Amino acid sequence: MELLAFGKTGWGDELFYATLMTVAVSVTAMLVGFLFALIFTPLKLSKYKTLNLVGNFYTTVIRGVPELLVIYLFFFGGSGAIMYVASIFGYYEYIEINAFITGSMAIGIISGAYSTEVFRGAIQSIDKGQFEAAKVLGINKFGQFYKIILPQMLRLAIPNLSNVWQITLKDTSLISVTGLVEIMRQSYIAAGSTRDPLFFYSFAAVLYLLLTYVSMKLINKLEVKYSRGY
Amino acid sequence: MDFDLMITSFPKLLGATVVTLKLLSASLFFGLFLGLFFAILRLNKNIFINKFAYGYSYIFRGTPLLVQIFIIYFGLGQIEYLRTTFLWVILKEPYWCAIIAFTLNTGAYTSEILRSAFQTIKPGIIEAGKSLGISNKIIFYKIQIPIAIRQSLPAYGNEIILMMKGTSLASTVTLMDLTGVAKYIISTTFKPIEVFIVAGGIYLFMTFIIHNVIKYLEKKYSFQQ
Repeated sequence: MELLAFGKTGWGDELFYATLMTVAVSVTAMLVGFLFALIFTPLKLSKYKTLNLVGNFYTTVIRGVPELLVIYLFFFGGSGAIMYVASIFGYYEYIEINAFITGSMAIGIISGAYSTEVFRGAIQSIDKGQFEAAKVLGINKFGQFYKIILPQMLRLAIPNLSNVWQITLKDTSLISVTGLVEIMRQSYIAAGSTRDPLFFYSFAAVLYLLLTYVSMKLINKLEVKYSRGY
Repeated sequence: MDFDLMITSFPKLLGATVVTLKLLSASLFFGLFLGLFFAILRLNKNIFINKFAYGYSYIFRGTPLLVQIFIIYFGLGQIEYLRTTFLWVILKEPYWCAIIAFTLNTGAYTSEILRSAFQTIKPGIIEAGKSLGISNKIIFYKIQIPIAIRQSLPAYGNEIILMMKGTSLASTVTLMDLTGVAKYIISTTFKPIEVFIVAGGIYLFMTFIIHNVIKYLEKKYSFQQ
């Protein structure tokens, strides 16, 4: 227990901040993922074959390639890509991207592919009559989506989105390879300096279990809220 | 685009794919038995056995695979007693540590998949078996297991693909699998995009094959023929 003391002697406060970092990266990645899903879901549902192809390409490639490989691509290629874009605008200095941004972008793109599939499935399972009725009532496209499709879609999507959240939360452990100090990285540092890897990695596992448990409870509440009409 | 690098790195990556496939097949093989074992425990009416199996699947599904590998590879070596037993021959090898971690992980997911498959079998089928005078054991092995395997094929196909992606974590414990070699080439040449295209292409090709094999099996063993 001494090892977990707060303050200078123990690793308690470090691990606490690392847990906050894991949560921060997961939430950011999830939001980035929603952004990607917002772009790619309409592409996948579009009438045009080329747009379908683009949407399918994104979800197939990301879901078929290991997360670690995507993270390495961002880690080694991220600043290179940004510098290339900057050089077009005439900026030639070295740019280093923050590990937090690299990590949450990489995990966000992965989580976005899963979210896209969830949203596509949810929209497709809404009764066609709902779209037609909205059209007949003369509601504009924005209102159709925002007031009629979205609330129904969320109810169907929440159970699957909770799976996506779990995947995202667990994937953030992979960002430790880039040096961002989240639970895994902090445990690695603590294990290295105390030579007690068994304790610290087991404690990391407990922290992850705690995070998944708490988030499941919260999501269940959301689920109840969105299905109150049924 | 450095096409020369893509061509020269292709054979190296292909060689590393063998390691990935070995890890995948070994962990799937052991994981299937482990999963079946725990799925049967889950169906047991004894609350302690039931809870034990649930706890196993909850812990391994609720924590990242990376933590599991690190606990087994770095953590278990710390126990002095283990070092004196014959288990140490296995546990000092990163290759076997990775396989143990993957097996335990995929076993947890497989047990959930099989459990839900067992639970969706209609009671009428088992009753029909009983009324024909077939013994409980034979009903289980010859009726319930084949139906459960057929039911769980689509979900198990996803699990195979997830596990294939999971084997990439072997590179964190010094194994040179496909991702490990890709990372090595990237960090020596600083050409991430080219290497990503080749390595990602190989992974996608494997995903494609697994997907189609499962689809074929689903069709072959579907009830409507």
